[in-house]
Amino acid sequence: MKTYTNPIYPYVRSRDQDAGPARHAVVVVGAGPIGLAVAIDLAQRGVPVVVLDEDETVSVGSRAICYAKRALEILDRLGVGQRVVDKGIGWNVGKVFFHDALAYRFDLLPETGHRRPAFVNLQQYWLEEYLVDRARELPAIDVRWKNRVEQVAPHRDHVELVVDTPDGPYTLRCDWLIVCDGARSPVRRMLGLEAEGQVFRDRFLIADILMQSDFPTERWFWFDPPFHPHQSVLLHRQADDVWRIDFQLGWDADPEEEKKPERILPRLRAMLGPDARFEIEWASVYTFQCRRLQSFRHGRAVFAGDAAHVVSPFGARGANSGFQDTDNLAWKLELVLAGKAPERLLDTYDAERTVAADENIRNSTRATDFITPKSHVSRVFRDAVLGLAREHPFARRLVNSGRLSVPAVLSGSPLNTPDADADFAPGPGAMIPGAPAADAPVTGPDGSWLLRYLESGFTLLAFGNAVTPDAVEALAHAPIPCRVVQVGGGPVPGVTVIGDTEGLVARRYDARHGTVYLLRPDQHVAARWRAFDPARVRAAIARATCND
Amino acid sequence: MTTLVTDPNLPDPDGFYERLIAMHHGLSDAESALVNAKLVLLLANHVGDPDVLVQAMAAARRGVGPPA
Repeated sequence: MKTYTNPIYPYVRSRDQDAGPARHAVVVVGAGPIGLAVAIDLAQRGVPVVVLDEDETVSVGSRAICYAKRALEILDRLGVGQRVVDKGIGWNVGKVFFHDALAYRFDLLPETGHRRPAFVNLQQYWLEEYLVDRARELPAIDVRWKNRVEQVAPHRDHVELVVDTPDGPYTLRCDWLIVCDGARSPVRRMLGLEAEGQVFRDRFLIADILMQSDFPTERWFWFDPPFHPHQSVLLHRQADDVWRIDFQLGWDADPEEEKKPERILPRLRAMLGPDARFEIEWASVYTFQCRRLQSFRHGRAVFAGDAAHVVSPFGARGANSGFQDTDNLAWKLELVLAGKAPERLLDTYDAERTVAADENIRNSTRATDFITPKSHVSRVFRDAVLGLAREHPFARRLVNSGRLSVPAVLSGSPLNTPDADADFAPGPGAMIPGAPAADAPVTGPDGSWLLRYLESGFTLLAFGNAVTPDAVEALAHAPIPCRVVQVGGGPVPGVTVIGDTEGLVARRYDARHGTVYLLRPDQHVAARWRAFDPARVRAAIARATCND
Repeated sequence: MTTLVTDPNLPDPDGFYERLIAMHHGLSDAESALVNAKLVLLLANHVGDPDVLVQAMAAARRGVGPPA
């Protein structure tokens, strides 16, 4: 590759290899984006983490390239969001073509007044490199490269691992094992667990090309284009003038043959024209699946990211949902390790994230079925939809080239305190219990975006002088502390006051004077009320931590 | 005259489309064509309004084959 050189992270012999089996609180298997994210999140919470990775570098090839707004917000909290946004390519417009003509265009640009855009495209290796850099800043993280897990033995209160290294194997024990070793998850296999679901009978060629081009920075999707008949093609721009092109090949394609440049180049020339100047950076042929583990928690082993669930790539619901896994898991594990919450709090990780995984699987299965019709009649319907879409707006809603990742609303979660006050406005985007907190521009001591004020632990977001000073004090010193962030109103000791200059916080949270929101450490709404009541807040925190 | 609704009117478009395709599961092409015809007839009867049905027929035929 011309635009990227994989860094080498040298193997370093660990002290654990010289003594008897060491016991750690948390071991993470896999230093990919999800393993590194959960390690950083835990370390930022003061939990020491050992990360094991069989390799000594970041992703080879660009792989996951589309990072959604919610993932960027999570990465902001982990300290790498800005680097990703600075390096990546933001985009909002998508175009869908059918045969040789535009069927329709869509604009993902959400309402203004959010820090992060709908999507940023960035090669996975850059993201991983930034995460490794961040992990190295945190002394609580010990990343061990060239450490391959060979055996896993689950016990009632710990997991024992045999880890192979260039110096030979050693044994390691941990209270909790977080399994983030990817879609093929060797640890999952060693534990005899299988992800259940559907394998799609289709193959796709991914080609990353280096090209100076005046193509706009948009997502372009073709159904049955003249340059690649009967199949679909997807074009995305990445950083460093690298463009991602996905060619649907069909099930009968030979994956080894299709990876050869002499097979790829004619496809690219047909698409880009005889005069286009480009070089192939990386290419791969893949099939995909939509499936998940029945349960994401197996005793002291907890699964996250692709090791827990895999989806087809249409909709960018893989890595983006993995970051939501780690966001959900880290604060719960911190409380359990500190003895502040019972182990069953981790069962709610399973409950909340399997629901989210099913939503992602449902959406990406539907997209895949639209893109790869499985019968004559479904192809006829698809072509009818595409034909109608040019003229009729209703048909555009039916065109499915991927429903792009949005964060899960955990509306059925047992951790939520249902609304007691019935006058909150319903509707899409409502901040109901379980919803991820909406961002908004604010003024205050820690910058100009609301989410920045909701980053550590439980937070009570109060509109006006809703919380009395003694209640602020009591919340701050409870076993599970809760900070108060106040929107407007006069100063109160121990309270951060922010300004709602554009009125968007009040509007997005359907708030009036006295409204309070309880937010979990992962920024999901746990409860909300029209007036502050300390006993109700205490009860809601207890419920959100399985202490009720 | 009532105008044919071509703005989005399905509350859950993806769910509808999934059920539409699932309706054909296990059918031959000829059987699918028959099921589609029955579906059109049922929906036409539900709609009732001849003006709307004529507009829908014209919109469906547009761009397919020679001009009707």
